[in-house]
Order: sequence, then C-alpha cells, then structure tokens
Amino acid sequence: MATLTQEFTKGLWKEIPPFRLVLGICAALAVTKSMLDGFGMGVALIFVLVCSNVIISMLRNVIPKKVRLACYIVVIATFVVIVELITQAYVYSLYEALGIFIPLIVVNCIILGRAEAFASKKPVLRSLLDGLGIGVGYMLALVVLGGFREVLGRGTLLAGSQYVVHLFGPAFKPFAFMVEAPGAFICLGLMLGIMNILGD
Amino acid sequence: MKEYIKMIVVLSVISAVCGFGLAGIRSLTKERIEEQKLLYVEGPVVKKILAGSTNDLIKDRKEIVINKTKHIVFIGKKNGKPWALAYEAEGTGFGGEMSVMIGVDLINDTLTGIGVTSNKETPGVGSRATEDTFTNEFKNKDLNAVFKIKPDGGVIDAVTGATIASRGVCGAVQKGVSMFKEIKKQAVKQ
Repeated sequence: MATLTQEFTKGLWKEIPPFRLVLGICAALAVTKSMLDGFGMGVALIFVLVCSNVIISMLRNVIPKKVRLACYIVVIATFVVIVELITQAYVYSLYEALGIFIPLIVVNCIILGRAEAFASKKPVLRSLLDGLGIGVGYMLALVVLGGFREVLGRGTLLAGSQYVVHLFGPAFKPFAFMVEAPGAFICLGLMLGIMNILGD
Repeated sequence: MKEYIKMIVVLSVISAVCGFGLAGIRSLTKERIEEQKLLYVEGPVVKKILAGSTNDLIKDRKEIVINKTKHIVFIGKKNGKPWALAYEAEGTGFGGEMSVMIGVDLINDTLTGIGVTSNKETPGVGSRATEDTFTNEFKNKDLNAVFKIKPDGGVIDAVTGATIASRGVCGAVQKGVSMFKEIKKQAVKQ
C-alpha cells in the first residue's frame, strides 16, 4: 500500500491529470488564456476536489451502491455552487474570466473519477491527500499551459494583476492565435509529447 | 424493500443537507454579489454614459417602483444638481433577453448615451450591435425621435448582419424612454 506522502505526490507527476491521465481537458483548454485564469481555475478545482473527496470518503459506508453516483454528484454540485457564489462575491474579475467553466466543474471527470475510483474506497485522510495532490497537479498543469500561451500570445506574464510583466519590447508582435482555441490544442499536444519523452 | 428505503433516505438526507447549506451561503453572499455587480457590470456603463458628473454615481442611486417592478436609477449630478438619469430597460435580441442602460439628459430631454449591460447575442455577429460603434448612434438623440432601425421607419442605422440584435437594442431604448416621465417624477422629487 502506498505511503501517505505517495498519495499526495502521485498527482504532481505520475498521475498529473491533464498530461498523464488526459482528464479534465475541456476546461484546461478553455481557461488557460492567461496564467492567472489557469491559477484561479486550479484553486477552484482544488477546493471542490478536496471537499468532495473528504465528504464522499466519510459517507462511503453509508451511501448505497445503487445510488452512489447521484449522491456523489449532489455533493460535488454543492461545492461547485459554493465556489461560484464565493468567486462572484469576492473575486468578480475571476468569475467573469472563468464564466461557464465554474459551473462545469460539476461534470469535470477528474472529480467524479477520484470520487468513484478513490474516495469511495479509501479512508478520509488518504482521500484528502489524494484530492489535494491531484488538484495541485491540475493547477500546476494549468499554470504552465496558461503561462506558456500568455507569453507567446500576448508577450506578458500575470496579465490581469497588478504585477503584470511585459517580457518583450513594444516591437514584439504577439502570436495572437496562441490565446485562441488552436493555440490551446497545440500547447497541450506539445506538453503531452514532452511528458511522454520524459517518462515516469 | 429495506434496501430501497435506505436508498431513498440517504439520497434525500444528503440532498436536504446540501440544499440548506447552499441556501445559507447564498443569503450570506447575496448582498456582496449585488454590490460587485453594480461595481463591475453596471458601474462602468453608468460612468460612461453619465460622463461629466461630479458625484459618486454608484452611491447616489435610488430604487423606484413602477407597476410593482423595481428599477434602480442612477442620478448624475453637476455641482450638486441632478442633470441626468440612467436606468436599465429590457429588450429581446436574437439570442434572448438583453439589458440596456440608458442615460437621459434632464435639461435638454435628450439621450446622453446607452450601453448594453447583458446580452446573449452570438459573439462576433449579433454582439456587434452591443458595441460602441452602434450604441454611440443614440448619443444626443432627442427623446421624441423614433428609436427604430431605418427599415422599420426609425432613425437608427442597424448593424449589417445583426438586424435582430439592433432591433432588440432599439426596443429596449424605446421601452426605457417610455418609462422616463414616471422615473423622472419619482427620482427627482425625493
């Protein structure tokens, strides 16, 4: 059986969701227009994943097998709505940038996947670490993707915050397509390739 | 049989707990969300169409009830005297409901400008009727003007390829203008 540290660290490299498991791609492609948006989506997902993993693990002996998916979805949806309300109330700019992708966390296959494959079978502490690890891995992946696309597509880093850095001079003509949909696919493809070369 | 009862009970209890929890959080954040919307959605539009006002536009707003519907009216003041009002009116575009903030000059009875605050138009097509190049057409128009697109006998040039959205914006402005007298009466007297 894996040690507690391994439960956490596997999400960071061995099972990093978008690059290894190739899960949660829809949101990963759509929101990584800038590093900060990727980071915000990552934080939202960490919150939902950790909370739902803990609750589902706590209830794993109570929930009858036949209605388990309905129960999981109710729990997940609750936390997603909490995230939605809180971002709307306290970080409105992020709420606008992420738009429809916050409610869509409900159907993010990473979360239901972890609930079904992990939290429903393992004790609470392990589920918490698993959720945290996978969530942080997802966030890191989004930050890398978002950063890469932002640098090439806009020539900036951390746009949208007060620490925005302009990397190149005014003569720099950004590759605008990098912040559009095709850029997302190209970047993700490159990342998958690199991860496969690097191996475990 | 026992299994079925357990299924029903567990799922109901989980749903009920989640529902109550969410209701609680919703009521905790409701006020703050409304404030944020005023600040980020309506605020910038109001500031643009009531440009030149010297007061805090978001703070100097009033709630007015006409035919049991609530309207939020923003009052633009110059040197402490109200000179223009801004409020929202709804229209229907191609994609559905749209909200248009309209600003009315109290002294000259003209529009100070309009701005679309929410819409469901197709990005790049109908959405062009929500952009400045179109909405600027309404600036300084007399309140008695016919706010319709030209093919319908009005004075507004519709955006090519976005006729229905243009009509929607015009409809909202017309509706807003028709409410003006009542709104003025209530907003200024208090």
